[in-house]
Amino acid sequence: MDEFLLRALLAGLGVACLAGPLGAFVVWRRMAYFGEAMSHTALLGVGLGLLLGVSTQLSVMLVSVTLAVLLVAMQQQRQLASDTLLGIFAHTALSLGLVLLAFMETVRVDLMGYLFGDILAVSTLDLYWIYGGGLLVLIVLMLIWRPLLALTVHEELARVEGVPVTQVRLLFMILIALVIAVSMKIVGILLITSMMIIPPAAARRFAVGPEQMALLAAAIGALSVVTGLWGSLQWDTPTGPSMVVAAGLLFVLVQLSGLFFQRK
Amino acid sequence: MAERDLLLEADGVSMAFGDREVLRHVSLVLHRGEILTLIGPNGSGKSTLVRLLLGLLTPTAGALRRADGLRIGYMPQKLQVDEVLPLSVARFLTLTGRYAKEKVAAVLREVGADHVSDHPLQSVSGGELQRVLLARALLREPDLLVLDEPVQGVDVNGQVALYNLIGRIRDQRGCGILMVSHDLHLVMAATDRVLCLNHHVCCSGTPEVVTRHPAYLDLFGDAAFAVYSHHHDHAHDLHGNVIPGDESHCESGDSDG
Repeated sequence: MDEFLLRALLAGLGVACLAGPLGAFVVWRRMAYFGEAMSHTALLGVGLGLLLGVSTQLSVMLVSVTLAVLLVAMQQQRQLASDTLLGIFAHTALSLGLVLLAFMETVRVDLMGYLFGDILAVSTLDLYWIYGGGLLVLIVLMLIWRPLLALTVHEELARVEGVPVTQVRLLFMILIALVIAVSMKIVGILLITSMMIIPPAAARRFAVGPEQMALLAAAIGALSVVTGLWGSLQWDTPTGPSMVVAAGLLFVLVQLSGLFFQRK
Repeated sequence: MAERDLLLEADGVSMAFGDREVLRHVSLVLHRGEILTLIGPNGSGKSTLVRLLLGLLTPTAGALRRADGLRIGYMPQKLQVDEVLPLSVARFLTLTGRYAKEKVAAVLREVGADHVSDHPLQSVSGGELQRVLLARALLREPDLLVLDEPVQGVDVNGQVALYNLIGRIRDQRGCGILMVSHDLHLVMAATDRVLCLNHHVCCSGTPEVVTRHPAYLDLFGDAAFAVYSHHHDHAHDLHGNVIPGDESHCESGDSDG
């Protein structure tokens, strides 16, 4: 196997293992829009990173985490709903990113690469980001798993029973920000949310417990990555979108199989 | 009552959201082994008072005192778990605490919901869900049980059974119980004291005293007089089967008044 293909495969599998479990919570907590808006914010991070000459993963991470903190802080007021706030922040950040990029005439920017991913250009350094950052994300997720699940089911009940709700919620948002930052190169800003939502949604039919659903989501995500990569080589299609198409097809297959084996 | 048995005390508590005052100078005390019920029309501030007492909100004025190390078991008014989250009843009960299987099973038996232990949470009926919520509160071995509308969504027979269960829990466990209700009739037989709330404390005392109080009659008008009383010669268990009756009364406060 060519080395760049191996790197692409490893990167994709890493992202699938992250996006699955985290995405399960995104689905349970109905935060699809949050994921979407958060990832759009990443473009501001890209712009800032290029402007300051630092690693874009780092700058995306900083911008996304700042947005998460800002959002949790703003949620303490009641006048504007959080999805409205999110829309304001995220779209302003996205546009600001585009404006910044336009100012940098000297830097040639592959905008399409950032928007839809460029997995075949993944470097060894990118792999370190994915696996290093990913390991950190999974460890923190395991540590907050029970309280996060408790507050997903009923926030006030969890609070009365001693769960530090605000802190756990903030940590979870930061984890999403980190996942977006490390996996941006793989499927791109516009598609990263799909890798968090489609695999868990497909996993739901087979899962009888939350942990099982999270693991199955990772497996379905990994299968989408492999299938998508293979398809993109086979038919010379863009790799990121091919993976998402594969995930979508898997979801449809699962739903169809449900029609034939309607037992559960 | 001895001072050490005091679980909770609110002293002149007020709460405002913006310039809207929801509670004005509310005081109450709750002791171990006592059932206190908050009644009041919709929007009278019952839920706000409960959230203050639970520590979910901080009062804008007045003082709240809780006994040292007070363990609260809370049964929220509503639980809506999305179908997309696969969660069994047994798993729901252990979300914030790790309890031995036997203990979970024992508490489910205590509330009469042991048959749903392995069912998906979303599949249990309204009455079963109330019992499951009660079980989660009991697992914490609370000194104080806070039950927000514990019988909502339950038919009349089921309500009587639930109030009986709550009374039994108090007798056996000796905890204090704070209930919220907007039912005026069945609850009167199930409580020791009633506090009638409409942004302020209209009146409080034993059910007999409150149901005769002019402020109570003012607040609830005709509903307060909609008295009916009848006996059951049988009851139903959770499956709807007929079981021998305990001659339970569906009687509202003060039918001979």
